[in-house]
Amino acid sequence: MAKITYIEHSGKIHEIEVENGLSVMEGAVNNLVPGLDADCGGACACATCHCYVEPEWRAKTGEIGDMEETMLDFAEARQEGSRLSCQIKVSDELDGLVVKLPEAQF
Amino acid sequence: MGDSTISVKDKARAEAYAMPLDKINVAQPALFQSGTMWPYFERLRNEDPVHYCAENEFGPYWSITKFDDIMAVDTNHEVFSSEASLGGIGIAGEAGAEDPLRMFIAMDRPRHDVQRKTVSPIVSPANLQTMEPIIRGWAGEILDGLPIGEEFDWVDRVSIELTTSMLATLFDFPFEERRRLTRWSDVVTAIPGHGIVDTLEQKMEEIRECFECFNGLWNERVNAPPKGDLISMLAHGEATRHMEPREYHGNVILLIVGGNDTTRNTITGSVVALNENPDQYQKLRDNPELITSMVSETIRWQTPLAYMRRTALKDIEFQGKQIKKGDKVVMWYVSGNRDETAIDNPDAYIIDRANPRKHISFGFGIHRCVGNRLAELQLTIIWEEILKRFPEIKVVEEPKRTYSSFVKGYENLKVIIPSRY
Repeated sequence: MAKITYIEHSGKIHEIEVENGLSVMEGAVNNLVPGLDADCGGACACATCHCYVEPEWRAKTGEIGDMEETMLDFAEARQEGSRLSCQIKVSDELDGLVVKLPEAQF
Repeated sequence: MGDSTISVKDKARAEAYAMPLDKINVAQPALFQSGTMWPYFERLRNEDPVHYCAENEFGPYWSITKFDDIMAVDTNHEVFSSEASLGGIGIAGEAGAEDPLRMFIAMDRPRHDVQRKTVSPIVSPANLQTMEPIIRGWAGEILDGLPIGEEFDWVDRVSIELTTSMLATLFDFPFEERRRLTRWSDVVTAIPGHGIVDTLEQKMEEIRECFECFNGLWNERVNAPPKGDLISMLAHGEATRHMEPREYHGNVILLIVGGNDTTRNTITGSVVALNENPDQYQKLRDNPELITSMVSETIRWQTPLAYMRRTALKDIEFQGKQIKKGDKVVMWYVSGNRDETAIDNPDAYIIDRANPRKHISFGFGIHRCVGNRLAELQLTIIWEEILKRFPEIKVVEEPKRTYSSFVKGYENLKVIIPSRY
């Protein structure tokens, strides 16, 4: 279990307890956090679960995979810390994780 | 109309299930024109989801018919190529055939990436915000000009008018001449002898006119300071300003067809679907906030491009089948969107279904539709404006469907609007 803080582009904060093994995307979608579309359902095949991982969490959220890199390459407003939230798996290690959501999924 | 429709469907089902499996050829345009392809896809999904059709007019091809398999092929860019010189994205394309056109939808990485990125800013969230009131203005004007209590063609008066106005603006094309864009879009995807053009020569001649016109626009834009339209973006873009003509022409065609046929046919499809499902139409009238999910559901239900084709770059075992290097692999989005193992009750049109964005109409992977948000925006706006004005748009006869297994659309849709608020 990890407490994850999702911050919408508007600044609205959602603190959610997410089960280990789920993805950061699923933690949001299952709890109706707006701002993530996740059209492909977590297959790393679109880029509509784009989020920004806060600097202090980047080491713990792991490396960006090849396919993720490919899809992020076409995402709108990619920045330092950009990730596809379906590719970050939740574990105890991520307790306290903070991710920000972009203005729009694209 | 009702009885004959049912008997056509029953007959198609009987034929689809009586045919030897290896003889099934789902790519026949006639099946799509008559709307009788469904039972063939249903049978393939259940009995042979990765299916080889050896004998047909397009040359041997594989059909991928299930949602997850389509996604797997669509995202495996190392094995499944879009490259034009290998045959491209249409089922008829052959390797090595002389191809006058080069467009980024029919390219692999890395060339695809740089060209796509040159044009994608036109549909950025910021640009869409700018476009919203403009589209709403046209929508209002178009709808306010429609006759009340009198039959008319929805395709011509609304679907084409809205999407072509959009396209003309994206290109900064002379607005009064915008119907030329519609014509070119139709001509490019037309099969000669089936209504739109009579002969291949006529088709090529009209396409040549299109290119001449766009050459003029290029010359005008390249000599002017950069601005926000697509032609200017291509003419000044780092990755595109030195394109050869066939690449420029290819990308123009891509943007004309991509930005036109698809949204046009989905706008028409929304009226068809809501008429076939009056309970859903009532639900929409009662709950206009459902427009967003209705739009996604319609994009799934319509699937305006029925397939995309890839070419295998090497031998691969896929779902127990041996796909060989050079084989044509057709991803039937139209079938994936009706796959009951991926989507609950997929044949039903349900505007408030649980997860309406889960559909495969935009494709997945690097070639995922670049204009998807603009398409959704146009559909959303037209319905917001329709619901403000008209209690009902009534379909008065079966629409005439497009003779194509690629563009899944409508040539016309006769409707009547009985009254306005």
